[in-house]
This record gives sequence, structure tokens and C-alpha cells, in this order.
Amino acid sequence: MTQSKRVGLFVTCLVDLFRPTVGFASVKLLEDAGCTVEVPAAQTCCGQPAYNSGDLKDTKAIARQVIAAFEDYDYVVAPSGSCAGMIKHHYPELFADEPDWAQRAHHLAARTHELVSFLTDILGVAAVASAHAGTVTYHDSCSGLRELDVHDQPRKLLASVDGLHLREQEDAHVCCGFGGTFCIKYPDISNKMVEAKTANIVATGAETLLAGDMGCLMNMAGKLQRDGAGIRVRHVAEVLAGMADGPAIGEAAHKNGEAVGE
Amino acid sequence: MYVSTSSAFKSNAARELKNADLQTALGKARGHFIDGRQTAVDRLPEFDALRDRGRDIKNHVIEHLDFYLETFEENVRKAGGHVHWARTAAEAQAIVLDICRSVGATSVNKGKSMISEECGINDALEANGIRAVETDLGEYIIQLRGEKPSHIIAPAVHVTRAQVETSFREAHTHLDPARNLDEPPTMLDEARGVLRKKYFEAEVGITGANFLVAETGTSIIVTNEGNGDLSQLLPKVHIALASIEKVVPTLEDTATLLRLLARSATGQEFSSYTTLSTGPRRAGDPDGPEQYHVVLLDNGRSAMLGTEFQDMLRCIRCGACMNHCPVYQSVGGHAYGWVYPGPMGAVLTPSLLGIAEGGQLPNASTFCGRCEEVCPVRIPLPKMMRHWRNHEHEAHLSPGGYRVGLGLWAFFARRPALYRLAAGLQARLMARLARQRGRFSSLPLAKGWTRYRDLPAPEGRTFQSLWAERRRGGGA
Repeated sequence: MTQSKRVGLFVTCLVDLFRPTVGFASVKLLEDAGCTVEVPAAQTCCGQPAYNSGDLKDTKAIARQVIAAFEDYDYVVAPSGSCAGMIKHHYPELFADEPDWAQRAHHLAARTHELVSFLTDILGVAAVASAHAGTVTYHDSCSGLRELDVHDQPRKLLASVDGLHLREQEDAHVCCGFGGTFCIKYPDISNKMVEAKTANIVATGAETLLAGDMGCLMNMAGKLQRDGAGIRVRHVAEVLAGMADGPAIGEAAHKNGEAVGE
Repeated sequence: MYVSTSSAFKSNAARELKNADLQTALGKARGHFIDGRQTAVDRLPEFDALRDRGRDIKNHVIEHLDFYLETFEENVRKAGGHVHWARTAAEAQAIVLDICRSVGATSVNKGKSMISEECGINDALEANGIRAVETDLGEYIIQLRGEKPSHIIAPAVHVTRAQVETSFREAHTHLDPARNLDEPPTMLDEARGVLRKKYFEAEVGITGANFLVAETGTSIIVTNEGNGDLSQLLPKVHIALASIEKVVPTLEDTATLLRLLARSATGQEFSSYTTLSTGPRRAGDPDGPEQYHVVLLDNGRSAMLGTEFQDMLRCIRCGACMNHCPVYQSVGGHAYGWVYPGPMGAVLTPSLLGIAEGGQLPNASTFCGRCEEVCPVRIPLPKMMRHWRNHEHEAHLSPGGYRVGLGLWAFFARRPALYRLAAGLQARLMARLARQRGRFSSLPLAKGWTRYRDLPAPEGRTFQSLWAERRRGGGA
């Protein structure tokens, strides 16, 4: 590699607040692949909560913020198909009637990628140097799958993890029922959907569930834990980066230990 | 008229989630539709190209709707038939009643028609002393049960086999109580046996229309039971009910759409019966009605032209969107409260009934995108549901508490420095509260979440604060 690629990491609000480990795993994967990673401070969220609630005014304000904050990077990478899809597909639509911003939105969209597919499709990473003993199953989050064609990429990299065995679940591509604000507006239906999902996960007999989006992961982790299923839940980046030693999502910190980062 | 309960979607859904029979029936049907479609699509490598053609044909028609409707009308007249224009469901009812009265009808046979449901034709006929007999097996079952269809192509998909058997034994009291009704074929035989006689009693046959062919003035129905043919051929009068967007320029265009329809709907390459009707019986024809009428219904569709919902008029009513929708598959069609359920209904219902009545439906989606992925004419259903949410927000129709919460969140999200501070505090506070377990089993502000699942707690510090520390040389 002649010159290191400058990547702006779009952390995502859920990783920032709930699971910084995923952020550091993303940084490690990107740096291992030869990128220089920066994290602009002027980022909060991609705006989906407002966008999916019909609040275009706030969505645009947040989108302008993101566009401005990430304008100077070679690439923008997010450990989430949902947030990357928002920037890549929906930002340009948002500004269809504002030519200046539309141009900037398109410019950003063209350089924005979901983490795992960026590693494989853009950087050409074919294997990672990490180990994870045990059986995992992988859930395809909707936006990553249908907006960004993220399907084979995580499976390809997981296959290179030493000791890891992937067992596919039935209906891996069916929505887990999270849907952002959907799970708050329609908790009964959301529950029905996540019940169907966790039944398929449990049926695999896998010890660990992986996926690429924190929202879906928190939904499925919360359900599995409520049911006492005993399945650990992690973001796929944690395993790929070899950073899956700490507590899984929704698990207590190790005995005598503090929560990660304290 | 079909009285909508769409505004009560939430309580409808809560009821249906507890409906054990519905959940059993949905579970049985789901794989059948999804696997069937996938197999049919896999066998046709050019399926996606066909979808593009289907989309383009329908777009062209919608752009020139007036021309094709008038051409269709002219060609129906040339073939000796009649075209009636109905602006509303009430006008359609009146037209159908007038035709029935003109021949002194006391009995009407019905082929499956969602436009008939939309217009409440059966109730209008019964209120005027005319017996309406549904001849599609699914429609016949729900007519016996006093229900509405819960799916646009499989109207009784919500009914279990045991429930069908019970309904048949209650209604067909003249048959041997010891007869076998264990299997679908025996049930079908029984329904056929009962219906066969009624075909010869009706003076009028009413069907829907999957397509109206402008160049020939032909209406087309596709069925798998053959009931539609008998309903329209045996009586003296055939009335085809169709909404205005069903018109297609040519027979060749129709063939393209038929190939998409059967594969998307039932996974068939072609339906068992594809019946073309052009005018009444001509001299020398072996059979056919003496009169042929087409009722063209608008009922709010023309108002969708030129709006962001125009693409919805491409819909060919295959039902693939609802077969693949995890929300529909959780609550069934009746929860949607009106004629059209699932993703297509979530766009169409507010378009035809208004946002105050139908506004819940486009909110009840995770935007998972499966509906758009399988739509044979590539309707961007999630995008249009989003348009409805935009309208709802603009009109201040979304719930007050939700708007306040969203406004508060947006206030912080638009101010990165303040947001970092607030997120940092929240992460620490929540992590401290949950320290023992790493998650919450109840949290006052997240009741909708914690009623059914635990809420994972934050790790303790935000990524941004840890990253800043690392940059200053304090961290890894």
C-alpha cells in the first residue's frame, strides 16, 4: 500500500453509548488493514430516529452535520448496515431539492461503507488474524442485507477466524423485530417477531449470536437473556478483531472487575 | 360498505397476537407461499428483467390512464358490452343493483373480487333481497363464517382446517354427518357439490378483473378452481368489477404481467385458469352471458395520480408483500382493519381512506424491505410508508408523548458537544444502575422494551470519551 487510506469512523449512537468495544474493534480491524482512522467529534447519530418518524427538519439538520463532519475523509465507515445505509441511500434523497447539499450528500454517499463489507470489498481483506473457539450463528440485519448487499462478506471473514464454527439459522435474513422506533411503538408485534427469531437462534445450538448492527443485537440479546437462553451476543467486529474476551452484550462485568473502560 | 377499523390497528393487533387459531393458520401457510415463489423465481433467470418490464408497462399506463380507459370503453362497446363509471363505492353499488333489478335477479354468483369487498357489494345485494353466493372456496368459507377476507389472494388464510370442518358441518346440515372432512380435497369436493347447484340458479354472475385489456376491450380473471368461469358463463348477465388502474394496453403486455403475477402470488408459472371475456355471447358461441358489463371504480385512486403515492397504482395484487412481511405474518390481515392488509394495504389504506383513519398502518413497519424485494412491479413500499409518516408528522397527528421525546432527542442530536456530555452521563448512570447484572429487567422510561425483554446496559463510558482519552495518550 503506497499511501494509507484516511478513514473517518462513524461510530453510531448505539455503539458510542452502549458498546464502545465495537468502536475499538472497528478501529483495530481498519488499522490492521492499513487505514489511518480518525473519529470526528462532531458526530452524534445518523438521524434515523427522526427520519423514520417523519421528522424531516431534524433529519436534515443532523444529516448536514454528518456531511460537514466527514467531508474530508477518503472513506467513511460505520459498524452498522443501518447507519451506513442511511448515509449512502437516504441522505441523497433527503436533499433532492437542494442542489448544493445534494451534491455534498452524493459525494459522502459514494465514500460511505458498512465496516465488514468495506474490509472485504474495498480493502480486499480475505482473512483476519484472530481466534474464537466455539459455534456461532449469524443474523443478517435488514438494512445491511437489502440496502448494501452485506451477506457473504461477514461469513467470509468469520470463516478465517481460528476455531470458529458457523452454524446458519433458519430465516437468518428475516427481521428481528427491532426496527428502531418500531419496537417502542409496537412492542407486542416486535415481541412476536423477536420470539420467532430467538427460537431459530436457539435451535442452532450455537453458543454465540453475531450480527453487524447494535440495535438488532440489543433486541435479540435482551430477548435471549429474558428467556434465560444462555447464548452470548456480540457484534461481529468484536470476534473478527479478537476482542471478544470481555462481557457479551447485556452481561455483567467479570468478577472483581469494572465495566469495560473504567 | 366495508367499515374500517384501521385506526384501531394497535388493539386489533394485540387481539390477533392472542388468537391461537390465527397463529396456527399463519404458521402453516407462511412457508408454502414463500418457498413456492422462490422456486418459481429461481426457475426463471430473466425474472428481474421481467419485473422491470412489468414496472414500465404499468408506469406507462398510469401516465396515460385516461387514454387507455377510454380506449378500453370504446372496445367493450364495440364488442357489445357496457361500461359503467363509478366515482365511489356507493355509485358502484347502485350500478350493480340497477343491473340486477333490470333482470329481476334474486340470486347472484360471485367470483373472488377485492373491489366487491371494497364496495360492500354483498351487503348491498342482501339488503335488497338478492342472495349473493361466493364461489371461490376461500371466499365461500369466510362467507359461511360471516367474516371478511384476511388476504387479497387467500381470503381464508386465517382459518384452520378444523374450523373449516366445523363451519361446513354447521352449514351443510343436509349431508351425512359421518362423512369424511379430514383433508382439503374432501372439503373442496363438498364445497363444489353444494355450489354446483347454485351456479344454475343465479341470474347474474359478478367477478373481479385482474386485467382490462384496452386494445380488445377484454376483462381477464385468473383462478385456480374454475369457479370464476362458471360464475360468469352460466348466468344471463356478467358484471366485471374493476378499479381503473387495472387497464393494460395490449394482450402482449398482459402476458408479461400474468407471468409475474402467478409466480409472485402462488409460485405457479401460470394459474390453472386464465379467463378472457370480450363482450356478451355472440351468435354461434357455445355459451356465455347475454349481457356483459364492466364497472370501473375510482374511489380515490385518481387523486393519487401526480402524488408521491402514484407508484402504488402499479400494484397487481399478487400478495407477495404480505406473504413476506414479518408484521403481517405476526398479526394476520384482519388487524389492518380494512380491505387491503400488509405493506400494500399500509400504503393504499391511508391513500383511499385518509391519514386519520389509515395512519397507523404505515407506522407498523420495521422498514425491513422484504416487501420491496419481492414486489413484481418494484413498488418502493417502505419509501411510500415513510411518505405517510412525513405527512403525519407535518400534520401533527403522531402521538404527543412520542413527539416530545423525539423533539428532546433531536435537540441533543443537533448539538454534538452537548450530546457528548449527555451521552457520557447517561452511559455512566445506566452502567452504575445495572452494575450487578449488566442489563435491566425493568426501566420506567423503556417499558415497551422491558415488558418483553431485558435492556442491555452500557459498558460504562462512551466511545467518544474513551477515544479522546486514547488520543491524549491515556488509553491503549
